[in-house]
This record gives sequence, C-alpha cells and structure tokens, in this order.
Amino acid sequence: MKFTIGWLKEHLDTQKKDNELIEKLTDIGLEVESFENLSSGLDSFKVAKIINAEQHPNADRLRICDVDIGLDDTVKVVCGAPNAKKDLLTVYAGPGSIIPKNNMKLSVSKIRGVTSYGMLCSESELNLSNESEGITELTTSKYSDKIGKNFFQSNTEKVVDLSITPNRPDCLGVKGIARDLAAAGVGKLKKISLKNIKKNGSQKIKVSITKDKNQGCTVFGSCLIEGVTNKESPQWLKEKIISLGQKPISAVVDITNYVMLDLNRPLHAYDADKIDKEIIVRNSKKGETFEALDNKEYKLDGDMCVISDKSGVLGLGGIIGGTRSGTEINTKNILLESAYFIPRSIRKTSKLLNIDTDAKFRFERGIDPQSIELGLSKAAELISEICGGKISNFDIQQTDKHEKNKIKFNVSLFEKITGFKVNDNEIIKILTDLGFEVSKEKFELDLKIPTWRPDITQPIDIVEEIVRIKGYENIKTLQPEKTKIKDTLNAQQKLFHFLQRSVASKGYFETVTWSFTDSKINKLFRENLKEIKIVNPISSELDVLRNSIFTNLTFYLKKNLDRGFKDISLFEIGPIFKGSKPGEQSTIIGAIKSGKVSRLNWNEKDRIVDVFDVKKDVIQTLVEAGYDRQSFFVRDKSPSYYHPGKSGSVYLDKDEIDPVAYFGEIHPNILKKLDIKTEGLVGFEIYIDYLGEHKTKLKDLKTNFEYSDYQKSERDFAFVVDKNFKAQDLIEIISSIDKNLIRSIKIFDIYEGENIPEDKKSIALNVTIQSSEKTLEESDLEKINKLIISTVETKSGAKIRS
Amino acid sequence: MSDIKKIKDDYLNKLNNDLNIESLNQIKTELFGKNGKISNSFKKLGSLPNDERKKFASDLNSIKNELQDKINSKLQEIETKEINSKLENEKVDVTLPEREFSRGKIHPVSQVIDEISSIFSEIGFSVEEGPDIENEHYNFTALNTPDNHPARDMHDTFYIDNNKELLLRTHTSPVQVRTMLNGKPPFKIIAPGRTYRSDSDQTHSPMFHQVEGLHIDKDINMGHLKGCLNYFIKSFFEVDKIKMRFRPSHFPFTEPSAEVDIGYEIKDGKIVIGEGDKWLEILGCGMVHPNVLKNVKVNPDKYQGYAFGIGIDRLGMLKYGINDLRAFFETDYRWLNHFGFDPLDVPSNYRGLSR
Repeated sequence: MKFTIGWLKEHLDTQKKDNELIEKLTDIGLEVESFENLSSGLDSFKVAKIINAEQHPNADRLRICDVDIGLDDTVKVVCGAPNAKKDLLTVYAGPGSIIPKNNMKLSVSKIRGVTSYGMLCSESELNLSNESEGITELTTSKYSDKIGKNFFQSNTEKVVDLSITPNRPDCLGVKGIARDLAAAGVGKLKKISLKNIKKNGSQKIKVSITKDKNQGCTVFGSCLIEGVTNKESPQWLKEKIISLGQKPISAVVDITNYVMLDLNRPLHAYDADKIDKEIIVRNSKKGETFEALDNKEYKLDGDMCVISDKSGVLGLGGIIGGTRSGTEINTKNILLESAYFIPRSIRKTSKLLNIDTDAKFRFERGIDPQSIELGLSKAAELISEICGGKISNFDIQQTDKHEKNKIKFNVSLFEKITGFKVNDNEIIKILTDLGFEVSKEKFELDLKIPTWRPDITQPIDIVEEIVRIKGYENIKTLQPEKTKIKDTLNAQQKLFHFLQRSVASKGYFETVTWSFTDSKINKLFRENLKEIKIVNPISSELDVLRNSIFTNLTFYLKKNLDRGFKDISLFEIGPIFKGSKPGEQSTIIGAIKSGKVSRLNWNEKDRIVDVFDVKKDVIQTLVEAGYDRQSFFVRDKSPSYYHPGKSGSVYLDKDEIDPVAYFGEIHPNILKKLDIKTEGLVGFEIYIDYLGEHKTKLKDLKTNFEYSDYQKSERDFAFVVDKNFKAQDLIEIISSIDKNLIRSIKIFDIYEGENIPEDKKSIALNVTIQSSEKTLEESDLEKINKLIISTVETKSGAKIRS
Repeated sequence: MSDIKKIKDDYLNKLNNDLNIESLNQIKTELFGKNGKISNSFKKLGSLPNDERKKFASDLNSIKNELQDKINSKLQEIETKEINSKLENEKVDVTLPEREFSRGKIHPVSQVIDEISSIFSEIGFSVEEGPDIENEHYNFTALNTPDNHPARDMHDTFYIDNNKELLLRTHTSPVQVRTMLNGKPPFKIIAPGRTYRSDSDQTHSPMFHQVEGLHIDKDINMGHLKGCLNYFIKSFFEVDKIKMRFRPSHFPFTEPSAEVDIGYEIKDGKIVIGEGDKWLEILGCGMVHPNVLKNVKVNPDKYQGYAFGIGIDRLGMLKYGINDLRAFFETDYRWLNHFGFDPLDVPSNYRGLSR
C-alpha cells in the first residue's frame, strides 16, 4: 500500500515530523517497507534543446540529433520521433536513467552503427500522458532559460510503502491509515467533507440481485451520470495517481481509482449506453463466457457472481469488468457501481479463474459494506466537477443490512494476556478512536465493531487492538522460568543425535539436501516403494519425494567429482518417504564414499575404497551407539542398487526380521546410468527407526567387572571350507563350543589357490583360550583343540588344513 | 701394601682411558679373573700375620670396591654411547607428513538445531517433531487458517494430491497441533524441522528449516514471551546485550501477534548483532489464538500461552556470516568443509554453545 505524506495529511491533522509518523506506523503494526523521495531517480531527466538534427545514414526514419543539455559540449542522440527537429525544446534522459513507463535502464548503445548517448523522451515514456507519437515538446517561453536543468521539479513529497497484513483491509485506503495513526495519538482524524452534490431524478437502469444460492453480492449501489465529457485528468489527480506508481488513464477511471486508494472503496464505471436494458447480479451458468478488461476471454463455471445485462455477462463482480461495457474517452453516460461482495465468493472465483486484480485483493479481504454511498458520493462529486454531467439519485439494492457486530469485552482479559495494565478510560479512548462504539458496564465493555474491521470477531481481537495502539514496548520482559516438564530429547532423538555425530567422526561430511528429487534418479533407488509425485513441483527435476537418500547423495557426488574432487565421503541424516500420508516416512542415514584410501601417500599404499571400509563404518557406528557386536548378524541380502556380490545387511540379532543397515559397493549399472566416474563407490544406510530404543541406561551397561589372571593360550587353525561358506558361521560354530574358555577368535588369513581345491577356500584363524578358574594344562588345551577341530568338521564339512 | 696401591693406581689410570667393551672386559679379567691381580691378592691374606691381615683385608676390599664401581660406571658409559650411536643411525625425517587422518563435518543447519535445542533445554523446553507430509487440516485449518483465508496465499504450498488435502508442511506449526492433541497441558516444546514452500530465488529456497516454540500453561502472558525470546537471542548470538523490538503483526494462529527485530550494524563488511541502529526481522510470534486452542481441545478460558517460529537457516547465516541461503543445500564439498563443524563440538548446557 503506497501513499504520500501529503495525501495522508488530507485525512490526518498532525504537527508531527515525517520520521515520527513513519516510526509510529511500524509501532502499531503497519510495517513500513520503504520511505522514499518521490523524485528520487528522476534527476537524470533534463530540459534539452536540439541544436541540429540530421538524417541517419543507415535508417530512413532515424535522425541523429546534437542535443544541448547545458554542458560545454552537445551530446549525440539517435531519435526516431518525427518531430525531432532543430531548435525543439524537449526532455533528455542520460545513460543510467530509468524510464518511468517501463522501468528500462538506459545505456550508451549503437543504433544502426551510430552511437547514441541517452534518449529523448515522449510524454508517454515519462508517464505524463498517453502521447507516444513523438518526443515531448516544451514551450519556449517557459523552458528556454532552463536548458540543462532538471525537468521534474525536485519533489520533496515522500512516498510511504506499507506492507499491510491480510487482516487489515481498512488500511488499504489512506483514510484507514490516518485513523490508526490518530488513535495512536499522533494527530486528529479529519472528517470527510462532501460537497452537497445535486442529484436529479431516479437511476433509470433497473438493478436487481437474484436470490441464487450462495449469492456473492449483498449490496449493489449505483448512480447514473449523464452527459459527461470524459477527458485527461487534471494535474492534481494525475500527480496523485502517478505518485503511487500508477498510470493516469482518463478522468473517469482515475477518479474511481482515486476513491479506491483513498477510502478503500472499489468502484466500477460502466458505459451506460452499452448496457442492455438492466443490470442483473446473479450466479453464472456453467460455460458462459466474457471478455474481461485484461483482454482475456474467460469461460465461467457455474455459481460465480456475475454482473450481467439482458445480453449476458458484463463482468465478474468485485474482480474484473468486461470490455463490452467499459468506459472510453468518448463515453457520454456513466453507470457507477459501488457494491459489496462476500470475500469467500471472491476468493473462490478468482482462484478458479486464476485472476488477480486490485479489486479482488480488496474484496477478498473485506470491504466496508457501509461505504457504498460514501463511495458513490465522492466519485460522483469528482466526475461532475471534472467531466460535468447530471447525477441521478442513488439506487441501493441490498439483501443484507450489514449491521455492526457486537461483542462484550471483559477488561481484565487485557492484563491476563499482555501482563500489564491499562486503565479503563484509556482503553475506551483507544477503541473509540478506532471507530468502536463503546458503552461501559461494570467490568465489561459493550462494543459495536466498526464495519470496516471484518477481522474483529472476539475479545482477543480487542486485546490486540489495545496493545498495538498502546505500544508493544510496554510489555515487560519476564525472566524465563526453568521448570522442565519432560526430558529435552526422547530416546529416538538422542539416538539420532548420537549417530549423526558418530558417522561424521568417521570422516564423512554431513550434507542437507532436498526432500524431493528427480524421478529419473529416484527410480534407480526406489525398489518396491511407491513413487510420490509432487503436484506442483518447483521444477521437473524435483518432481517426486525421495524414496532413498542415495538419490540426492549420488547426484551431488557427481557434481563434486566434476569439480575435481576424487575421494569424497558424504552423508545425510533425514527423511525418506514410503507413502503419501503423514507419517509414512522413515529417518535414515545415507552415506557414500568414493575414490581411494591413502591416495598419493608417501608411506602407505593407496587402495580403492571397498565394501569393508563401509562395513567398518556401519559396525563401528552401531557399536559406539551401544549395540552389542557379539549379537550382530550379517546377511548377504541387500537392495538392488548395491553390487549383488559385494554388499550386505546388518541385523541386530539373528532372529530380527528387519535389517538395521545395508552396506556395500554401489551397483556399477547405477554409476553408468548417472555417468559417475570414480575408481570406486561404496555406501551404507542405517535405518534409525528400526534400531529401537535402548532399554538400558549407561549405568546398566556397566555390569560386574570380571577378569581372569590365569595364563591365556593362543592356537592357530586353518580350515578348508566350501567357497561360499560364511566366515561368520565358522566363528559362531567355534565360539559356541565353550563360551567360558574361548575368549576371542580372529580371522587372519583367507586363501584360495595352489594346494586348495578350486571350489574351496582356506580360512585361517587364531583362537584365544583362557579359563577363569585355573591355569590350563597342556592336556586341557589339547582337549579343546581337538574339540574345535572335530566340531567344525562335523558342523561345516570343513577339513583342518595340515 | 704398596703393591695393591700400585694396582689400584695403574688400573684407575687405565680405566680413565677411552675404552671399548672388549678392553674393559680384558681389564675386568686382569683384576678379578681366576688369576686376576685382586683375586690373587686375596689369596695372600692367609699368609699374613694376624695383626697385618685385618688392615690389609680392609684396604684390599676398599680398593676392590673402588675398582668395581669404576668398571661398572665405565660399562654404563660405553653402553649408553653405543645405544646413542645406534639410535643416531635410525633417525627419520619427522617433518614428513603424518599418517593420513580424515575429519568429518557437521552441517551448519544441524549444528544450529543443536545449539537451539541446548539453549531451550536450559529453560525447560523439550523437542518434538512431526511429519514432513501434512494434511491440509493440521497445516492450515486447525491453525485458524480456513480455506478462504487470504493468509494461505502467503504460503506457496507444495501439494501431494490433486485435491490439495496432502501437502508438504509450510511451517513447523502443525507440530503444535499434533503435540497438543496428543497430550494434556502444560506444554513447553520446541519443534525444529524441514519446511517447504514453492518459492525459489536468491533468498528463498523450496526447502528450509524452522523451529517452532510453544509454551502453554495457566498464566503464560506476553511478558513471558518477551523474556523467553530475549534470553534465546542473547544466548544464541553469544552476546551480553541485545537490542530487540517487538512489532505488531498478523498471523492467523496467534493473537496478538508480533514480529521481532534485532538491532545490528555492519562492521568491516560483517553483520554485528546486538548493536547499531539498523533493524533485522528474525522471527514471528504471538499468543496462541483461542480458536487454535479450541481446535486442539484445550480450554482457552483455563490455558493460554505463546508460540513462535524462527528460520533456522537464517539464524545460522547471521551467526556464522553465511551469505547465500541456496548454498546450504547444494552440497559443495568446499562449502561443507568450510562452514561445517567438527563432530566433537557438541553444543551443551554445561560447556556452552562453542569454544
């Protein structure tokens, strides 16, 4: 919402300085976006004289002008205007100027091979009129001694731009803003003085509002003004319109706009001669069409509020008028409309048709239904003053009286909510200044709400009115109390937090990527999850919610590889989506690692990252988080985006149904499809939701400290087993032989090749044996030795290697 | 007598020379070997008269001890020398690079969320979360933003279905609704998380992060709101004083509503929070609207309180001097390395937010 300080003062009697007014606006909730000089940026437009104009060598219709702009040397400007002749006084805009009409910034440019320094402007380009045929012609008498001077008078008038929240339609008019400021004590609201206009005869065009279901119009006021001469607006009106960054069109249109900006009272002017017999405000029929003032043809749905005549739709009430009945410069008779449309109806129609107009914006927020006559009077007065004409009596059709709503306000609520006290008299004054009718009864105020405040419906709204006018600085700052209702983090959140830092501590960079992704990448990682489309994606490359974190990780990995990085470790902890309903999501850690370990290292041989790198990271992370490594179980099943032979899944226990993690090499096909070029790419995923709560606290994890000081012995074994026999099974067989004696088992070699049958491999392991009761004798050791060999051979079909 | 004195003097003399281990052993044998000079002297003892024997024995013992001590110390000296010369040959260039270590990083958004959680934990808030996909009711209607409310236009919403019933939450406020529906007052929560709006340019990103705050009890008023936010902002920016301004504003789910500005100035091209005469808007807040409380089955005549919503990414940008919001989500390895945090830097109540 823009307005000038001068305009504000037409409604507000105040001695306050501009800055005080500006500060007050922000303090009462009318946020000032900018406060600038009206003429800022217009200093580069100079009065200039064409000294010489000659034909452009390469273009018939262009001339090269030498222009005197008050400097020692003239400047060369290429100009296409037919009236650009020697000795003409005109307006020159130098390079860097911004043309008011189209906000284009000028620069030095070559036009058909001749350099032009700036531009000579038409009235249209300067937003002075619609004249665009030639450049501005200034009268010699007035301007001959002003060459080189600023064309626009340096205007000290300042424009305020407010950001008005959707609850305050009343402040979409200058008067409403003045009312708020007056209530806040920086001046007095002036009464609108209406000249006593002469009204003659009845409004001859019949108006009716039909009783359709959900009729969107409740009041339709109109008056007929006959015999007008529509013309350019007078200077004062043009300036007002221009000051708000709009363009003057004609007196009739400018006046309706002016009344709208001044009083937030939208009006519509019809060319009365183009109306077929009568005005009918009704619901549209499905399929009806009309051409709107934005020159678009709209096809209507049923039940939209339209203004129509005998021939069809004239316009969409409160949203946009139609071309068929629009006023033009030669319009003689005008029908002026001032109506009330129900916000819900406006919003529904404009959304369906995707129309956004100034009128729609206002009606949707709620126009004062009691401002019908004021709007007609103000506009009729101005039209007859500027364009002449005979004004008819006002015709007001209405189906709802729109009486003021009432509420009871218990003053104690104010202190209860804000924490400070304002005395009753002050409360009454504030509310009265805002337009409420107040009567006091004991502890309650009986309030009649002004009709321009559709946002106020209950006592809490009254608290807000009082506190914002009184000033938020009066609210005390109370020390926060530290009472805790429950633990800051629950178990799952603690786990999230722990795992996040645990993974990072293994050299991974945490990233945060979109929850959405490219469906083309997503399908590589989707498995059997449902694709979840976004109806209105920001771009076609971000059209689905991600089913896996690897979608975005691989995408950004590629970007970093393209930047020249090779050894990259990335992870993200966040949601993946399994369904389109709230809650159908899981929290996952996804991590990937590319390239080599120890690349270009002077003392360690480099190697490509492999499945055991990520297996280590997964297992270590889980162990750090407090899960028992001894009960983990690894299977060689994993989603299809992993290398089928070099990946696995981790279960917290052999009996668990769902794995808590996957790890492995990423499938080479995926690298190919995504055009990822790296020596190796491995990754892992941890499903936090499957990890489940720790039932034990740290103090419970610390069980009795038991240890043995008896001598321990180590024995090495090598078993020849089938090639696909799992090392995990071998360890399990051995460890379950005697849990008391067998303390640890370490695999130190895997061998295939010479001396080993082709379908076999040799697993060499070291077993530590120790008793907690005695020092084992050679015979004891021999016994367990034999037991290990015989058990393994029986259970696994292995052979001890001799 | 003079014999043994001579032996002593001779050998002490020899032992003072620069000896290697072999010549030292040679001396040892000459003195204490089977036929060594000292050993032989002891053999003489028996043939001496009683009165001389005692003194001779005493002298001989002291000479023996003296020589033995000398030999031992000489032996140590030689050993040390040999070790030193051996170690000298093992010298490596310690200026060569250490073995490779890798250092991970925590994303600034995560760090800031942890900082916020730590600060609010101190004053008794707990952390709640909610789903990213919401239904229209929790995101809007229950928050006093019915379908025909123009405030919905301020949220450019991503929809998941054509009926516009399922959407990506446009703010973290639905967590308020879920928390209150699932529990009984009092409520004292913050809810950090991802939020989405279909807006994308230099200063808007289609996904960003918000933290919602909610405190509902019998007598929580706007003074508590001011106190809470004042404490939070001071703690977060790690400054003693903060200039804050509460401005009336409008949100459908709070009434009265406010926007909060903090004072700042630009010093050497960097934003300094807390001083200066410029204002920066950082959050929206207000007293929870009675309609919202009714919608979640909390009696507004008995309970009241405040709610606030803060942009997490923006807080991080201000605190850590990050200029570009979009960079948060672009996974540039260099950016993550530069703006990321060491995983050991865990913000906590007792050791503070940062070093």
